[in-house]
Amino acid sequence: MRVGIPRTLSFFTLYPLWKPFFEGLGVDVVVSPESNKALLDEGVKETVNDACVPIKLFHGHVAALKNKVDILFMPRLVSLDGKHTLCPKFLGLPDMVRCSISGLPEIIDSRLDLKKGKMELYRFLYRIGKRFTDNRIKIIRAIWRAKHNFSHYRKLLLQGLTPQEAFDCLDTGHEPQSGEDTASIRLAVLGYPYSLYDNYISVGLLEKLKSYGISVVTPEMVPERELRRMSKNLPKNLFWYYSNRVVWSCMYFLQKQSVDGVVHVTAFGCGPDAMTNKLVELETKYNTRKIPFLTVTIDEHTGEAGVATRVEAFVDLIRRKKGMM
Amino acid sequence: MKISFPYMGTSNIVAGYLLENLGHEVIHPPVPSKRTLSLGVQHAPEFACLPFKIVLGTYLEVVEMGAEVLITSGGCGPCRAGYYGEMHKRILHDLGYPVEMIVMEPPLVEPVDFFKKLHRLVKPKGYFNLIGVVRVAWAKMKALDDLERTLHELRPLVFAKKQLNRIYDEGLEAIRRANSVKEVVAARNDTLEAMRSLPVDHDYEPLRIGLIGEIYVVLEPFANHDIERILGEMGAYVHRSIFMANWLLDNVLAHGEKDVRAAAVPFLNQMVGGHGQNSVGEVVRYAAKGYDGVIQLAPFTCIPEIVAKSIMPAVSKAKGIPVMTLFLDEQTGQAGIETRLEAFLDLLRQRRRKREAS
Repeated sequence: MRVGIPRTLSFFTLYPLWKPFFEGLGVDVVVSPESNKALLDEGVKETVNDACVPIKLFHGHVAALKNKVDILFMPRLVSLDGKHTLCPKFLGLPDMVRCSISGLPEIIDSRLDLKKGKMELYRFLYRIGKRFTDNRIKIIRAIWRAKHNFSHYRKLLLQGLTPQEAFDCLDTGHEPQSGEDTASIRLAVLGYPYSLYDNYISVGLLEKLKSYGISVVTPEMVPERELRRMSKNLPKNLFWYYSNRVVWSCMYFLQKQSVDGVVHVTAFGCGPDAMTNKLVELETKYNTRKIPFLTVTIDEHTGEAGVATRVEAFVDLIRRKKGMM
Repeated sequence: MKISFPYMGTSNIVAGYLLENLGHEVIHPPVPSKRTLSLGVQHAPEFACLPFKIVLGTYLEVVEMGAEVLITSGGCGPCRAGYYGEMHKRILHDLGYPVEMIVMEPPLVEPVDFFKKLHRLVKPKGYFNLIGVVRVAWAKMKALDDLERTLHELRPLVFAKKQLNRIYDEGLEAIRRANSVKEVVAARNDTLEAMRSLPVDHDYEPLRIGLIGEIYVVLEPFANHDIERILGEMGAYVHRSIFMANWLLDNVLAHGEKDVRAAAVPFLNQMVGGHGQNSVGEVVRYAAKGYDGVIQLAPFTCIPEIVAKSIMPAVSKAKGIPVMTLFLDEQTGQAGIETRLEAFLDLLRQRRRKREAS
């Protein structure tokens, strides 16, 4: 039995939870290949044209998996923190995929809604486990291992690892080497994990910044406690899980860590980001230190040269501001 | 305190009446125009939806006219519209307009907050006055909806279409002026009678089209290029899925519309915010009622309607009803819409002929 997990959207947040869980149940986990042009083209062909590029890419990943697995795993993620929902496109995702792509294998689209209480995650995993085995102890052991692996993963992210580096650490069991942070410029790169950490869709933005000798901080590196504290700064929070984390972490970086600039990576036509982007922009504008702010919009036509030019100009601006040029 | 509110279809008549008679000085928002839109587009985030831009433009216009307090509706997501009050406030403050924003959150979700704000609005003239004012406002809302329903019903059949529009416009004015339930009902009955007295083509059987989608672009003619009039004058009967009075009853004062959502469940088993799930459910219902086709209206980048649109082909196929989606934004031109509507109606006519022949 093989279960397929698309390598995008919630993958960068939740994969370390799913993988040990399914393996504990004795099921093979197949992950779609890293995003590439063929995959995106396939997704663009299948998806409704008004959707944003991450959703199109998701369809591409599903199309790449559909003939290789027995079951596709794309849970309907409604709420991951018990208060806010995810973007409506996440809510309708299983239905969108089912109506757009033909010849799909069986789909697990169980609803994960932590608004129902903290135990809901375990009930959710137990319900899925029941589909594969009747052995309760096996399911409970798998859930326990998954939970353990997942909290380890979160710790690694807080240490400043990218999800891919953290996956490697979890697989090999090595502890990460903590390098000395000597960079003179620190940038906050904000955005959703599926845009930031997918090197194809972000045209290698994070790598590029690091190659300029810049230290990069992202929303995944902010502890939950700090995010919760920041959430009290807004009279009304946004409705979406990932968007809220972007806004809160922006406030955290501006208040608690002296970042020199803020880059917001957003997908063309992203609904929640129309709000998020403006909030972040105003947040940097009214900061007493007048932090430079750059929006990078990505879509299926984004070219590496275009993004590189803009980012280089932005970095030059910061260097000049700091008197380094 | 000069108070104003967003403009949406005929609801401005009701909102204006309510606020004026609660004892406030009201700045009546102007009918949205090209200027409104370009003001909004200039200052709104690029990917905010058309309603956000038009409403922001309206705010900028009423602020120029001296409005100090803006009153609008809130929401609890996941549709973006619930956050628009807060976002508009920030943008207006950023532009240097120190307006105050009263965002009315849904009473079922945040009752304390709702009644606090309500109390502020009602205070000048007291609660006894409120009962009378609400009664008249409700009568106005129902009368306006009745006029519109009749207008849509008669438009494809009547020979003198311009005269029909004129009678309707006069009816709106009469209802705007009315000051008691009696006057509202009289204005409504007079207008309906005048409309029905126009000669109609009894032999003509118009195509029947359901209109679904996001509430603002469905209700505001400026946003949808008056699509109901275009369709009516092309000879199609338009049934709109959303009317203000029903919508308020179902969504704000009670959790209604369960049957529409139930109809959507086989295709979209999740509330996705806004009118996403309703849109899917309405198509199922229009198909069951034997409509010829459905037109879905949505602002560009509207998240719930994008989800609905991607499911539409499956619904359309399963239920055997053609669905056309129009995404509207500031670039949309009327000629483009007319061309697409003509083609869609041609397709529906052909389909009907084929069905009648077999």
